[in-house]
Amino acid sequence: MSITIAGMTKRFDRTEVLRGIDLSVEAGELLALLGPSGSGKTTLLKIIAGLEWPDAGQLRVEGQDWLQLAARDRRIGFVFQNYALFPHMRVRDNIAFGLSVRPRADRPAKAQIAATVDELMAFLQIDHLADRYPAQLSGGQRQRVALGRALAIQPRVLLLDEPFGALDAAIRRDLRRWLRSVHEATGSTTIFVTHDQEEAFELADRVVVMGDGRIAQIGDADQIHDHPATPFVARFMGATVELPVTLAAGRAQGSGLDLTALPRRALPDGPAQVFVRPADLRAVPDAGGPWHITSRVSTGADLRLTARHDSGTEAEIQMPRRDAPALAQGAPVTLRVEAGAIFPSPRIDTTAPSILPRHKEIAR
Amino acid sequence: MTAAAAPFRAKRVLPGFTLSLGTTLLYMVLIVLIPIAALILKGAEIGPARFWTIVSSDRAVAAFRITLTAAAIATAFNAVYGLLMAWVLVRHDFPGKRLLDAMMDVPFALPTAVAGLSLTALFSANGWFGQVLHPAGIPVVYTIWGIALAMAFTSIPFVVRTVQPVLEDLDPALEQAAETLGATPWQVFTRVVFPAILPAWLAGCTTAFARSLGEFGAIVFIAGNLPGQTEIAALLAYIRLEEFDYNGAAAIALVLLGFALVLLIVSNILQSWAARHRRATA
Repeated sequence: MSITIAGMTKRFDRTEVLRGIDLSVEAGELLALLGPSGSGKTTLLKIIAGLEWPDAGQLRVEGQDWLQLAARDRRIGFVFQNYALFPHMRVRDNIAFGLSVRPRADRPAKAQIAATVDELMAFLQIDHLADRYPAQLSGGQRQRVALGRALAIQPRVLLLDEPFGALDAAIRRDLRRWLRSVHEATGSTTIFVTHDQEEAFELADRVVVMGDGRIAQIGDADQIHDHPATPFVARFMGATVELPVTLAAGRAQGSGLDLTALPRRALPDGPAQVFVRPADLRAVPDAGGPWHITSRVSTGADLRLTARHDSGTEAEIQMPRRDAPALAQGAPVTLRVEAGAIFPSPRIDTTAPSILPRHKEIAR
Repeated sequence: MTAAAAPFRAKRVLPGFTLSLGTTLLYMVLIVLIPIAALILKGAEIGPARFWTIVSSDRAVAAFRITLTAAAIATAFNAVYGLLMAWVLVRHDFPGKRLLDAMMDVPFALPTAVAGLSLTALFSANGWFGQVLHPAGIPVVYTIWGIALAMAFTSIPFVVRTVQPVLEDLDPALEQAAETLGATPWQVFTRVVFPAILPAWLAGCTTAFARSLGEFGAIVFIAGNLPGQTEIAALLAYIRLEEFDYNGAAAIALVLLGFALVLLIVSNILQSWAARHRRATA
């Protein structure tokens, strides 16, 4: 089912949670909503589910206006962050719930519901848990049951809120692959919310990065990683080192910085900011360099350095220890930037809203 | 043996397990067990034949019947109304909600005799409600309905206060999940919400029923206390005591005690059944 969202806004009291969302999701697509907490991603998901209502905007699914439909008429599968399994029902009854509450006219016969549930449990590899209560299941098992319960009604759209949030790292990786295979087998349009980049990129066809109630960027892993659309995305993607530079004829220059590895950019001359991942910075010994090493920690494979510019700017550097030059505390260096994203410094203008808002979120 | 060989023990938050358990047991024995034991001994003194004569007398049987019937009516009313009340207090916001919440405890705090007096004043033939009900052919005062009314008044907080916290703790995601799966509001209530609060609700109804069986102060004013018609068991025991018929009083009290015990056992079995999923652990 294709989903079209246009001009959607939502506020809780005085907090604007969604500030105008436009998004199209293709039928059969697996889409991730990625963003830090407070970015509005879960609210958007709940609006699609019919558990929240927007203040303005459109939500159309296959051309049908879903804002005229109650949650129970949308036939969606929603997997809650804490799974929300019915504690007093056995696994079998949890999965059967959606079928057993249908109006008598289109409710399948008891035997048929049981057969559907059995089939689904076998498909999700939870048939051995059929007679357990949710309290008797591990986190990963609950996750599977929650998905089974959502899939039982053959949802037109499958929505998952932080589906792996409460699980161990090892189980997460397993379940990710498994969810991908479930998505491919059912072919349903699937949207999931996460704050974990790795999860979003590994699982989704397309990733929507959200920040501060807006969509900051839509793309695949490589696009978002290499070409962040805004400083917010750059920071969120781990480019936490911000270095002041000056743009001249599309080239960036900065004190004690070797920026020759960066491609020429069609940006206006003037002050700018380059956002770099610590792993994309190299410290090069230079007797006259304006940067000095202030701390040096080894993790075995990598060296983690902190360099301080004479002007006070600090930069984190992460480089493989094997290739690293001998650097003592206080050694003067210049910094070589292997890759980074350049954004012109926001003009100080209090009258008009900035095109590139400075986000306060801290990338996690 | 060196000191290091001594087994390590987990530190408890509350110190002195022996002392606190001892205090608890002493309290139980002094305040609860000894009076009950005395009652049972007193009853045993009577001998089975005499005991049976006392409790199977027409007046006693009528008193038990009236007490049980009125308590059942009061509990049925509280079961529905108390649940509704708890629902309103948890799920809705309205001006004066906190006041209403606080007022729920008035029947606990108010001397029951005061409750009985004011109910009698309201429902007597010239009272505010009585003026309307009496001509309509619904006498409340001096009937079993009056007894049930007094019982309902004093026992409603038991239902509200046991259901309320459980309802508050109920994860709203459960109801949302049911909704996304296509359940109607009624199905969400009957299949998801009600089973979750059922153990607490049963416990609340049982305590309300037990409390109604023992209610005395509020009832004596409104009941009229006609032997065989509106005389409750607790009052009959009191009357026997006034007549220095200690055996008679003890026998009736023993039967009430028996009712209460059976009730508690049945209630525990029901609660345990309703909460069976909670005992299930991996």
